[in-house]
Amino acid sequence: MASPQKTGTEVPGGSADVGFPPFKTETFASQLLWLAIFFGLLYWLVSKVFAPRLTDVIEGRASRIARDLDDAAAAKAKAEEAGLAYEKSLADAKAKAQGIAQAKRDEVNAAVEARRKALEGDLAAKLAAAEAQIGTTKSKAMANVEGIAAEAAAAIVQRLGGAAPSKGDLDAALKAALKA
Amino acid sequence: MASPLDQFQIKPIVSLGKIGNSEIAFTNSSLFMMLVVLAIGVFFMMATAQRSLVPGRLQSFAEMLYEFVANTLKSAAGKEGMQFFPLVFSLFLFVLTANFMGMIPGSFTVTSHIIVTFALAMVVFLTVIAVGFAKHGTHFLGLFVPGGAPALLVPFLVVIEVISFLSRPISLGMRLFANMLAGHIALKVFAGFVVSLGALGIGGILGATLPLGMIVALTALEFLVAFLQAYVFTILTCVYLNDALHPGH
Repeated sequence: MASPQKTGTEVPGGSADVGFPPFKTETFASQLLWLAIFFGLLYWLVSKVFAPRLTDVIEGRASRIARDLDDAAAAKAKAEEAGLAYEKSLADAKAKAQGIAQAKRDEVNAAVEARRKALEGDLAAKLAAAEAQIGTTKSKAMANVEGIAAEAAAAIVQRLGGAAPSKGDLDAALKAALKA
Repeated sequence: MASPLDQFQIKPIVSLGKIGNSEIAFTNSSLFMMLVVLAIGVFFMMATAQRSLVPGRLQSFAEMLYEFVANTLKSAAGKEGMQFFPLVFSLFLFVLTANFMGMIPGSFTVTSHIIVTFALAMVVFLTVIAVGFAKHGTHFLGLFVPGGAPALLVPFLVVIEVISFLSRPISLGMRLFANMLAGHIALKVFAGFVVSLGALGIGGILGATLPLGMIVALTALEFLVAFLQAYVFTILTCVYLNDALHPGH
């Protein structure tokens, strides 16, 4: 490019105002020069400053959102894990509590059973003793009954017949009567 | 009254000398190129100063622009296309801002000059060729051979493909230039009607409301065109860059 020289004395733009302005080829060089300068400047600004800045912002935001979503998913998984662990420990505790309760119940049942058996044995012994006593008393009484019956029968026979029956007859009659 | 073409006149502000019969000068066009870059620079400097995780308004808007262009580029040229992001983003911002700045009354529309739009299109075109050959070597030429075509037709198809490839920078630059130029001329022509009718007295003033309404509607349309042409320029750039990356037909 030729070095532009200032010619301060000349008044520029003598050839203006005739013809179709966009087709005036004498303006082309100047327009191209300034377009190259300013569009070049714009391209430099966009490629070195604006586009990288905007790319940073937009991609930074996208990656930040993606990271936050990942964090949220991880936190959710962790919370679910904690929930499962809690439920498991709850179930364990329940099972343990049930075990303890069952053991206690069995223990108490056994104790009750033992006591009941002891009591029953005791009662059975007492019952047997009482039955035995009743039996002896009864047989004793029955023995007495025989004597009384003999006396009563002798007295009745004496009163009716006038004579006391013989001891042998009385015994035989009594035995027959008691057997009947 | 000023001609509708006056707004496209390039007027030197500071002359720097001459090369042949071309004057090298800081002109109104240069001034507006500078303002465009300055506006973009100041906006993005402020918008990206904080780089906060939760963006403020300016940063949100800057990110919106970024994602808009990045998505356009990715959908047209794939993930590898992102290596051209600075170029595509610069082109989009430059064209968009220049188009919108041209909508300010009394301003100069940088993109209404074919040499500017053609130069931008050539940047894309040359990038495609340079990257295409650097990445794929002579395989890049496969771009011109449609797959599955009958052998007899191949020479003709190659000629057609080459012509269509070479006409890309012309159509790309011409489209933006013509849209901006035509829109601004139309606005000026209707504005001229308003002034000429207004000079005819009371009936003329009443009649002038018609072109005035037209101007209002056209201005809205021009704002749409200003954005749309910047977008079209960008998406075509992405499509062409895709050819450089994936020349297989």
